[in-house]
Amino acid sequence: MVLTIRGLTRTFPGQGRTAPTLALQPTDLDVAPGEFVSILGPSGCGKSTLLRIVAGLDRPSGGTVTLGGRQVTGPGPDRGMVFQSYTLFPWLTVRQNIEFGLRERKLPEAQIREISEKFIARTGLRGFENHWPRQLSGGMQQRTALARALANDPEILLLDEPFGALDHQTRELMQELLLEVWGADSPEARKTVLFVTHDIDEAIFLANRVLVMSARPGRVKAEVPVPLPYPRDWTVKTSPVFAELKARLMAEIREEVRKAAIG
Amino acid sequence: MEPLKPVSAGARVVLGIGFFVLFIGLWAAVTYGGVVQPLFLASPGAALAAGISLFTEYNFLGDIGMTVWRVLGGFVLAAVIAVPLGLMMGAYKGVEAFFEPFISFARYLPASAFIPLLILWAGVGEAQKLSVIFLGSVFQIVIMVAVIAGATRVDLVEAAYTLGARSRGILRRVIIPSAAPQVMEALRLVLGWAWTYVIVAELIGAQSGIGHMIMDSQRLLDTGQMIFGIVVIGIIGLVTDFLFKALNRRLFRWAAL
Ligand SMILES: Nc1ncnc2c1ncn2[C@@H]1O[C@H](COP(=O)(O)OP(=O)(O)OP(=O)(O)O)[C@@H](O)[C@H]1O
Ligand SMILES: [Mg+2]
Repeated sequence: MVLTIRGLTRTFPGQGRTAPTLALQPTDLDVAPGEFVSILGPSGCGKSTLLRIVAGLDRPSGGTVTLGGRQVTGPGPDRGMVFQSYTLFPWLTVRQNIEFGLRERKLPEAQIREISEKFIARTGLRGFENHWPRQLSGGMQQRTALARALANDPEILLLDEPFGALDHQTRELMQELLLEVWGADSPEARKTVLFVTHDIDEAIFLANRVLVMSARPGRVKAEVPVPLPYPRDWTVKTSPVFAELKARLMAEIREEVRKAAIG
Repeated sequence: MEPLKPVSAGARVVLGIGFFVLFIGLWAAVTYGGVVQPLFLASPGAALAAGISLFTEYNFLGDIGMTVWRVLGGFVLAAVIAVPLGLMMGAYKGVEAFFEPFISFARYLPASAFIPLLILWAGVGEAQKLSVIFLGSVFQIVIMVAVIAGATRVDLVEAAYTLGARSRGILRRVIIPSAAPQVMEALRLVLGWAWTYVIVAELIGAQSGIGHMIMDSQRLLDTGQMIFGIVVIGIIGLVTDFLFKALNRRLFRWAAL
C-alpha cells in the first residue's frame, strides 16, 4: 500500500457559541500504488478535509496517515495537489508556474526546462507557455495546475474537484485529458490518484475504485470497483457496465444527499 | 450619465483639462476683476512673472533640487527599513505581535510636531529635514506593507507548500511577489504625503528649499512667488506620481492584464 489511513478523524472547534463540527468520523483507507480512487460524497461531508489532511495542510484530530511507510506530519512535494479554486501564481507565466516546484528543489536549469517542456506538451499547453494565468480560460488554468503538480513527480496526486468550476463540455474534455496524462506512463509507473468529486459520471469514468462517503460527519460508507479497462474514452459512458455502476452509486448517494440536505 | 459606465479616453482628457481651465479662469476673474486685492492674491500673470524671476534671479532650480533630494532621501531611507519590516510582520505573526502595537501608536505621532525636538537634536541641517520625512513615512509604510503581506491569498500559500516550498520559499516566492504591486502603490501614496512634510520642515529653520522660498516670499508679501511655489510643488507631485504609476505598470504587467 502506498497510502494507509487509520482511524482518521477531524473535529473543527466551535467558535464562540457555535458547537464544534465533527467533519470526519474515524476513517480507514488503503490505496495501492498506481490506483485511481474517486471519492464521491454530498457537499460538506468532509471530502476536502480528508484530502487536506493527506496533503498535510490540515491536522487530524485523531488517527494517522502514512505515505510510502512514512507518517504524514506536514505538507511536502511528495503529494501534489490541484485545488477546486484557481491557484496558479498570477505573477508567473504558465511555464514558470509549472517550474515552481522544480526551482524549489534547485534542479539544474536544463533539467527544469526539459521537465516543463514535457508537461506543457502532455497537457496541451503548447503555445501558451508565456501567457499569464489571467489570460487563460478556466480549463487551461486547471491544466496548468495539473502540469505543475505532475512536474514535481509526486508519489500521489490529490485532486479536489479540479474541474468543479468548469462548464460541462470543458469538464468532459478535461476528464479525458486527465486520463490521457495519467495513462501516458506504463501501468506500473502510473501515479496514485485520489480524486474528489460529487459528479457520479466523473467518478466512474476516471477511477478504478469509487468510494462513497456518508453525509456529515463523513465516513466511507461504500466502495465500488470499476471493472472498465483503460484506456477509456467518452464512449464508455454509454456502455451497460457504466449504466449499471451509475445506478448503484446513485442509490447510495441519493440517500446521503437527502440526509445532508435535511440535516 | 450612467453609474460606473466608463467614458472615452478623449472625453477624459477634455474633462480633466476642463477643470484646470475653469479653475484658472475663476482665479483670473477674481484677481483681474479687482474682487481680491493683489496684496492677498496675485493674478495668474503676476504669479507666472514672479515664477520666471524666481528661476532667473533667485536660483529657484537650486531650491527645487534641494527639496526633491530631501523628500527622496528621507523617503528612500524610510522605505528601505519599513518595507522589509512590514513584510516580516505580515508573514510572521510573532514579529507582528512584537512591533504592531508600538507602530500603530507611533504612526499617529504627527511628524511636524517633532520638528522642534529634531532641531534640538540634529540642528537645522539636512539631518533634521531627512528625519522629518523619515518619521512621517516610516510607520505608515510599515503598517500598510504588513497589512498587504498579511492578506496574501492562503490558497496560493498552500499550493506552494504542496509544491515543496518551506517558510523561506513561501516568503520569497509567494508573499513578496504577490504583495509587490500593492506595496508599490502604498509607496506611491506615502511619497505624496512626504511632500507635505518636507514643506513644513522647510518652513522652519531652513536656508534653502521650496518651503524656505515660500517663507521668504511671505516676508516680502509677494503672493505671486508664494503661489508659484505651491503650484510647483503640485506639479512635481503630479510628475512623480505619474512616473510611479508608469513604473508599476511596467513592473507588474501580470497584475494589469
Ligand atoms: N476551517 C474550518 N473550520 C470550521 N469548520 C470547517 C472548516 N473546514 C471545514 N469545516 C466544516 O467541515 C465540514 C466538511 O467540510 P469539507 O470542506 O471537508 O466538505 P466537502 O465534502 O469538501 O464539501 P464540498 O463538496 O462542498 O466541497 C463542513 O461542515 C464544513 O463546514
Ligand atoms: Mg470540498
